[in-house]
Amino acid sequence: MIPSLALEICVVCIGIFLLMADAFLVKQDKRSLAVGAIVGLAGVLVLSFFLKPGSAEMDFSGFYVNDALALFFKRFALLSTILTLVAAMDYSPVVERFIPSATPKAGLGEFFVLPVFTCAGLMWMASSGDFIMIFCALELVTISFYVQVAYMRGSNASLEAGTKYLILGALSTGFLVYGITWIFGMTGQTTLFRIRDFLGLMPIENQTALLFGLGLVLVAIGFKVAAVPFQFWVPDVYQGAPTPVTAHLSVASKAAGFVILMRVLEPFLEIPAVQAKLLTAMVVLAAATLIYGNLAAMPQTNLKRLLAYSSIAHAGYLLVGIANVTSPLAGRAVVFYLFGYLLMTYLAFLVLIPVAKAAGGEEISNFNGLGRRSPGLAFAMLVAMASLAGLPFTVGFLGKFLIFEAAMSQHSYLLVGVGVITVACGFYYYFKVVRAMYWLPPSDDSASIEVQPLSRLAIGCLSAAIFVFGVFPQPILKLIP
Amino acid sequence: MSPLLFLILVPLVAAAFIVVGSNARFTALIASLTNLLFSLVLLAVYPRGSGYQFVSEFPIVPSLGINFTLGADGLSLVMLLLSTLVTVAAVAVAKAPERNAGWFFASLLFISAGVIGAFSSIDLFFFYMFHELALVPTFLLIGIWGSGDRQAAAWKATIYLALGSFVLLLGLLGLYLIQPEGFRSFDLRKIILLADAGFLGGNSWVYLLLLVGYGILVSLFPFHTWAPQAYSSAPSPAAMLHAGVLKKFGLYGLIRTAVPIFPDAVAEFSNLLLILLVGNILFVGYVTISQRKLDWMLGYSSVMHMGYIFLGIAALNLLSVTGSSLMLFAHGLSIAALFALGGELRERTGTLDFSELGGLAKAMPAFALLFGFAAFASIGLPGFVNFAGELLIFFGAFAGGTPLFGFSHGREVFALNSFQIATACAVWGVVISAIYMLRAYRRIFFGPLADRWSRLTEIHGLPRAAIATLIVVMLAFGFFPQIIVNLLTSGLTAP
Repeated sequence: MIPSLALEICVVCIGIFLLMADAFLVKQDKRSLAVGAIVGLAGVLVLSFFLKPGSAEMDFSGFYVNDALALFFKRFALLSTILTLVAAMDYSPVVERFIPSATPKAGLGEFFVLPVFTCAGLMWMASSGDFIMIFCALELVTISFYVQVAYMRGSNASLEAGTKYLILGALSTGFLVYGITWIFGMTGQTTLFRIRDFLGLMPIENQTALLFGLGLVLVAIGFKVAAVPFQFWVPDVYQGAPTPVTAHLSVASKAAGFVILMRVLEPFLEIPAVQAKLLTAMVVLAAATLIYGNLAAMPQTNLKRLLAYSSIAHAGYLLVGIANVTSPLAGRAVVFYLFGYLLMTYLAFLVLIPVAKAAGGEEISNFNGLGRRSPGLAFAMLVAMASLAGLPFTVGFLGKFLIFEAAMSQHSYLLVGVGVITVACGFYYYFKVVRAMYWLPPSDDSASIEVQPLSRLAIGCLSAAIFVFGVFPQPILKLIP
Repeated sequence: MSPLLFLILVPLVAAAFIVVGSNARFTALIASLTNLLFSLVLLAVYPRGSGYQFVSEFPIVPSLGINFTLGADGLSLVMLLLSTLVTVAAVAVAKAPERNAGWFFASLLFISAGVIGAFSSIDLFFFYMFHELALVPTFLLIGIWGSGDRQAAAWKATIYLALGSFVLLLGLLGLYLIQPEGFRSFDLRKIILLADAGFLGGNSWVYLLLLVGYGILVSLFPFHTWAPQAYSSAPSPAAMLHAGVLKKFGLYGLIRTAVPIFPDAVAEFSNLLLILLVGNILFVGYVTISQRKLDWMLGYSSVMHMGYIFLGIAALNLLSVTGSSLMLFAHGLSIAALFALGGELRERTGTLDFSELGGLAKAMPAFALLFGFAAFASIGLPGFVNFAGELLIFFGAFAGGTPLFGFSHGREVFALNSFQIATACAVWGVVISAIYMLRAYRRIFFGPLADRWSRLTEIHGLPRAAIATLIVVMLAFGFFPQIIVNLLTSGLTAP
């Protein structure tokens, strides 16, 4: 019997071990650290399948939750970190260029080790059932991201992104702490299930103060998941950060935010009066996020920035699911959508890295004629874009299908209507990339693009997974509670 | 393996072979001929009037009632025959582009696999998915290998059809969610059983979603503006497959879902549909007359003819719905033949502008003959299967609705109801088609032959055989429409 905490402990140990190893690996290629991290995390991923969700251990505390949802998102965090490291290996020459140092490759080691600590934070977030725990885990994630976003200290864009992320992250942390304080003040509890027990007894006059506190917490989570109107940091940070970090930020950080959102909302939704208000707020957030994310994505010419806006747009679809969370279909829809989002976003970023390296830029025009230069990469990008747009036979379609199904079953026609129109917008901007790859002629140099073997393997697996789970989602749906 | 799965897989496997590097044109031709023969065999062995046959089921998401269920009845088999026949013709007339010929033929085969999958799906989820599978290569074909302002055309069609598809998806979701909990499924047979038992009544909003969704896909007035532009830009095999087969998906879907499941809603909103379809026939008809280029004219005419099929569906009796189903087949063949000929002409002359053409019958008599046959078929001249379809629709539609003549409140009344007025407009539509088709024919093939056109090469070889086959099939079923009608009526549930 493996204790459920073992996964996080293993991940932290891997991180510490790699940090020490970094000190001794002076001459070797630092990328061996990434390989070590990938192997270690893959081992933990395998280990997680020997763990049973919902074991009684630690249950009494309510501090650390070990249900199927938590386990699913731990695997999610591990998988996304592994993919981030694969991308980071491919991206490391760019990082090297932007780190001025006396010895070559000095200072590169942490770039491969920090994601491991982020992963530990994400896993704790998945399991946290207490505001204190949520706060600590969130800070572990956020602080490790501060460093990673500003990692390329020779690049102004990266520094700017880091500063913006630091300031706005600190602001959202402030909101979170303040909100937790109010909730604690009103209920005397920080543990979510105790709060639920207390809420039933609470006099109705006190609800305003409680809602105020909850509102502040939601603002903080809104920052994490990039919901409008808390999205303004996203485009700049995503564009400036090193690409693997952007991918990690846009997938894992967002997913963890949604887990927290689901966990925090759960006790409050049980009071009918609060439920109506909360769901209305979620409907407004979802509609605003959908409209802003999709409309703002349309004029973008930089692919990374486009993906940043598209990540806002996808937060909108996920919020549609959250706004209908009273439907029994919604929880599963959100989780499946996040899983699909992981596959297609990482695929897009993994293709972006080698292409941007070869073409010297991340503009959509750098993809011109990729269909002729590297048909394989272009096809993978086509798959990613088709799935992001929501074409059938891909996970992206199935995710949207489940989300809309949940929304329709709750008769939330406003969101469905907005969703349909924004999906059509999505077709426009995702197909701009496809158009560049297949319809436009290549620029002058048309040599085939070099891709690292590990990246190539990941790209192949992700492309295949998008189709396989798009047609046959049962294995994933079975893992989701 | 289910025979229908085989039909879907043949083009997919062939496409894979082509991408890997086998001879594109030859492989595509072999695959499409195999499919044609196989669908003929299926038609021959299909026991008449026995509902869905060749059924195979594979559970995908049991908790949601999604299964990969294939099966075919008379109507599906006729549509499968149309799909395979037009695929053969499209591959036969396709000219390999200089670059990426493999991908070009692979895209054609993908469209073919998509439509075959859609027409042989009983599960509505996969019915929808296969249709989308066919749309993607259509866009690529228009955008990469099209002519004229191809990117704008592909772009517009993409956005329009994506929107239509999502509205349709919502309609299908609605259809799923109005089923009582515990019985929900996407299986058409089960849904129709529930509808017959009266569980699904009173949900006309689902019908409206389906109508708008399918309507956008079929270019129902006023959602038709994407179609002429896309068809005029598309390479001719893509236009043949889309206008001939893929666009029929929406009408087939209405006949499959709306008619048996929501007969009350169809009747309730029949006036709305009648107004829209008269818009298709008269408004788009007059727009068609004013076209100055053959490709645009054909594009508009294909939009216009959708009006007849909608009329048959709106009238909601066995006669008219049978007529609509027959017309799906007939129009698919005639428009495919016309687009094929238009493509051949464009390739020879480089222009399809009526003002620059003239007298071509002297240079290419066989071409002119084929075009004449196809044009007459499209008008609906007796002897072609189109005539049989239109006639059934007109008779059925004229009998639709409540008759307004006879005695009412003790007085004799004589008036036309809305169906009869719409039928009268539709009959006028035949005159409109005759005007534009014959004018186009006169301008292209009669009159003085310009010097620069005197050395045009005659149509010959594979394209000639393919187009002639389409015309022969139209003539054959025009004289013996009963063969298809017998197949169809078994698949239609009489409301």
